[in-house]
Amino acid sequence: MANVLIPLIIILAIVALVQITRVSELLGELKKIDVNNVTEEDNNTQGFLFVVIGGAFLIFVVWQMLEWNHLLLPPASSMHGEQIDALMQFTMGLILVAFFLLTPILFYFAYKYRGRKDNRAYYYPHNNKLELIWTVVPTIILTGVIIYGLKTWDSVMNVDTSDAHEIEVYSKQFQWLAREAGEDKVLGASNFKLIDATNNLGVDMEDPNSLDDKVVREVHLVVDKPVLLKFRSQDVIHSAFLPHFRVQMNCVPGLSTQFAFTPTQTTKEMKIQEGEDFDYVLLCNKICGAAHYNMQMKFVVETQEEYDAWIASQKTLDEKLLTQK
Amino acid sequence: MSDHHKETFITKYIFSLDHKMIAKQFLLTGMFMALVGMLMSAIFRVQLANPGESSILYNFLPSHWINEVGALNPDKYLALVTMHGTILVFWVLTAGLSGTFANFLIPLQIGARDMASGFINMLSYWFFFAATVVLIWSIYVPSGPASGGWTIYPPLSALPQSIPGSGTGMTLWLVAITLFIVGSLLGGLNYIVTILNLRTKGMSMKRLPLTVWALFFTAILGVLSFPVLLSCGLLLIFDRSFGTSFYLSDIVINGEVLHNIGGSPILFEHLFWFLGHPEVYIILLPALGITSEIIATNSRKPIFGYKAMVGSLLAIAFLSFVVWGHHMFMTGMNPFLGSVFTFTTLLIAIPSAVKVFNFLATLWKANIRFTPAMLFAIATVSTFITGGLTGLILGDSALDINVHDTYFVVGHFHIVMGLSAIYGMLAGVYHWFPKMYGRMMNKSLGYIHFWTTFICAYGVFFPMHFLGLAGLPRRYYTNSSFPMFDGLSDINSIITFFALSGAVVQVIFLFNFFYSIFKGPKTTKNPWKSTTLEWTTPVERIHGNWPGELPEVKRWAYDYSKPGYEDDFVPQTVELKEGEKDV
Ligand code: HEM
Ligand SMILES: [Cu+2]
Ligand SMILES: [Cu+2]
Repeated sequence: MANVLIPLIIILAIVALVQITRVSELLGELKKIDVNNVTEEDNNTQGFLFVVIGGAFLIFVVWQMLEWNHLLLPPASSMHGEQIDALMQFTMGLILVAFFLLTPILFYFAYKYRGRKDNRAYYYPHNNKLELIWTVVPTIILTGVIIYGLKTWDSVMNVDTSDAHEIEVYSKQFQWLAREAGEDKVLGASNFKLIDATNNLGVDMEDPNSLDDKVVREVHLVVDKPVLLKFRSQDVIHSAFLPHFRVQMNCVPGLSTQFAFTPTQTTKEMKIQEGEDFDYVLLCNKICGAAHYNMQMKFVVETQEEYDAWIASQKTLDEKLLTQK
Repeated sequence: MSDHHKETFITKYIFSLDHKMIAKQFLLTGMFMALVGMLMSAIFRVQLANPGESSILYNFLPSHWINEVGALNPDKYLALVTMHGTILVFWVLTAGLSGTFANFLIPLQIGARDMASGFINMLSYWFFFAATVVLIWSIYVPSGPASGGWTIYPPLSALPQSIPGSGTGMTLWLVAITLFIVGSLLGGLNYIVTILNLRTKGMSMKRLPLTVWALFFTAILGVLSFPVLLSCGLLLIFDRSFGTSFYLSDIVINGEVLHNIGGSPILFEHLFWFLGHPEVYIILLPALGITSEIIATNSRKPIFGYKAMVGSLLAIAFLSFVVWGHHMFMTGMNPFLGSVFTFTTLLIAIPSAVKVFNFLATLWKANIRFTPAMLFAIATVSTFITGGLTGLILGDSALDINVHDTYFVVGHFHIVMGLSAIYGMLAGVYHWFPKMYGRMMNKSLGYIHFWTTFICAYGVFFPMHFLGLAGLPRRYYTNSSFPMFDGLSDINSIITFFALSGAVVQVIFLFNFFYSIFKGPKTTKNPWKSTTLEWTTPVERIHGNWPGELPEVKRWAYDYSKPGYEDDFVPQTVELKEGEKDV
């Protein structure tokens, strides 16, 4: 309700303002002055407002940084994520410096060079040397940013996945599923034409590799062990987003995509750090329909023993499809 | 020129061939759509602050969008964000902005009697108008308007089974955008031809005001990229209606196995963003041009580094064609390709930085006159700085992994594109209003409008960066399904508060605008003491712009406070003195 009341109050305030302005205009007419002419007094007020309100904006920014810092994502729980965080700190630092330099200059110039009647602006159409400097300096800085960025990108994306544990992550409106490869460590073939109410992922049961695959509703990872997630989608584009691991990849029907990473913090460790409610979660981050906002799956990072116990408790596809028949 | 045949109401106000009237038609249609789009955002902000509750604002919506308890349906939340984005990006900031100022300023500032083809110009508006009617109509179809985001990625936009809005609503969306594209191509070609062919004597390209340069590059971008969107849309129409598989493959939906094989949704994304990225500059460049003009005029100082300003526009326009892949880093593209797009994307920061420094240098040692237009122009520079900087994070593919499609992106593009362009548009309206309507807008209301808007706009969009860094995805009906976002409700309430207030204060502007059209004090010929040609035309609107001969141009557009002259401005029509150099 407050959301509606507040604007209403503002409307009333505006109506009042309008009235006041009208009156001032009428007075101006009586006194034969042009109220729309910008006077020296206006320049003083508006210049001053740039410093005050512009300054308030900068303070607001700092306030947000202090006040909301604890709401931001905790440090990355993955190996490559630490590199991304470092690059982020560097880039964020750089743009904050630029922001806190340029914005105050802009507002200060507005104030400092506010017009006065007896003043004349300085005719200064160009200065090639200056312009060269402020083309070259950003270029040098950006070269650094680009090189650092590309190096990080390269080491994040081009990883050796030969000994990574492979898991298929499967998306559909509005649910995630996952498939473990089972004993043979090979995911069985699949075909979208085989999808039906019992065979959710369209796994091809003719393929011997499929029999020991396990379809699961949450994903368990072993801490410090590389994992390769392979993504598929059944209907529309979804995006698998694991913000705590700094992992994201679109799931595209008709296309297979993947992301490899190594988790470094168990769920238990994170619960100690972040509170009992903490859980790693997979979100959907590509608009995919009405329940896009509620498409989630739990991820658990644990020790090898815990993982072994958990995976043993899951049924293979062979067992599952048999019971259903 | 003696084609002053008698104007009837219809030829003067409706099927007008006069560029100035067509400009006003674009402006009013754009303003109307801006109100519609803003109302939609107010409504979905209310849902985000009070998820699942009812609100009196929902009375504006068709009743079947609301469920039994009075809350907004989740798929209709997506319908609202989709239509909001479509309306703001295309209808307001493309047609509303370019349509208004290209039409209005190009002939007036280059010294032409009208556009190269008045008739094509009129058609351009009426195609746009037809597009507007179809788009508004689509809101009221029973299954609702398009709901797959303004980027309409298939398969979501191709399959009515995937979301109700992908039925009739999406068909109408595609019809509307097709009409829209035809209109903007007709307009764009006209702008280009006019600038190239109809410049008055002495108006060399080197003497063009920066507004005209900006509108020129904008038109070129549009003419090169909109046809790609058209073909992109046509293929989608084929997939939707004629069973082709350009974008579709391997799909099972609602238990039904579709026959499509071999298509790729990624192809759509490539085609879409090949337009989509230039499109964001189609929106931004006119605003930068307007800003340059207004800052120079009101600083009473030449724009600093005219050549660099034109050069950086050119560089930005060129680069904008080779960066589209930065919207697709997470589509599974080859990492090497990602590197290339990171490289080209970050290069854009260089000409952008040059522009910012040149704006600052223009203000240095100026004698600033704070008209409402000047306030908005300075704010454009501020938002361009703030939003351009966050682009450095998004453009870095490695960093984009964790902020792609989060509220960080929403904050970025609303500030750099949304606010810069809206401010530029408002600045333009305040500045050229006397030329458009022969009357002045109220200054004090302009001041109040500016400061309230400035505060509210940053209050809305700056906090969004923090939501994004907390991991919150965009286009979520509510963030209450994830415990990890429970701490964010305060931020959401703050944003909604500023959004509603910011919407309400636009009433001040609307009042000022319409009141001044009829009741504002009469203006003089050159109220801002400008140098450019439009201010040499008579106050009364006449067909053909100048009553006698066309003016002749003797100097560049920025001789403000030039030493050796009494006045602090020297109009472009004033002869150079003996030995005086044109810059
Ligand atoms: C230094 C300059 C800039 C860089 C490096 C940059 C970079 C980016 C990147 C990489 C994205 C994609 C983010 C993602 O979805 O993950 C993006 C989004 C966007 N940018 Fe920029 N940008 C810059 C300036 C601009 C400007 C000047 C505009 C507009 C005039 C703009 C408008 C947009 C829009 C509209 C989107 C979002 C599209 C969507 O997904 O709906 N950007 N920007
Ligand atoms: Cu999804
Ligand atoms: Cu882009």
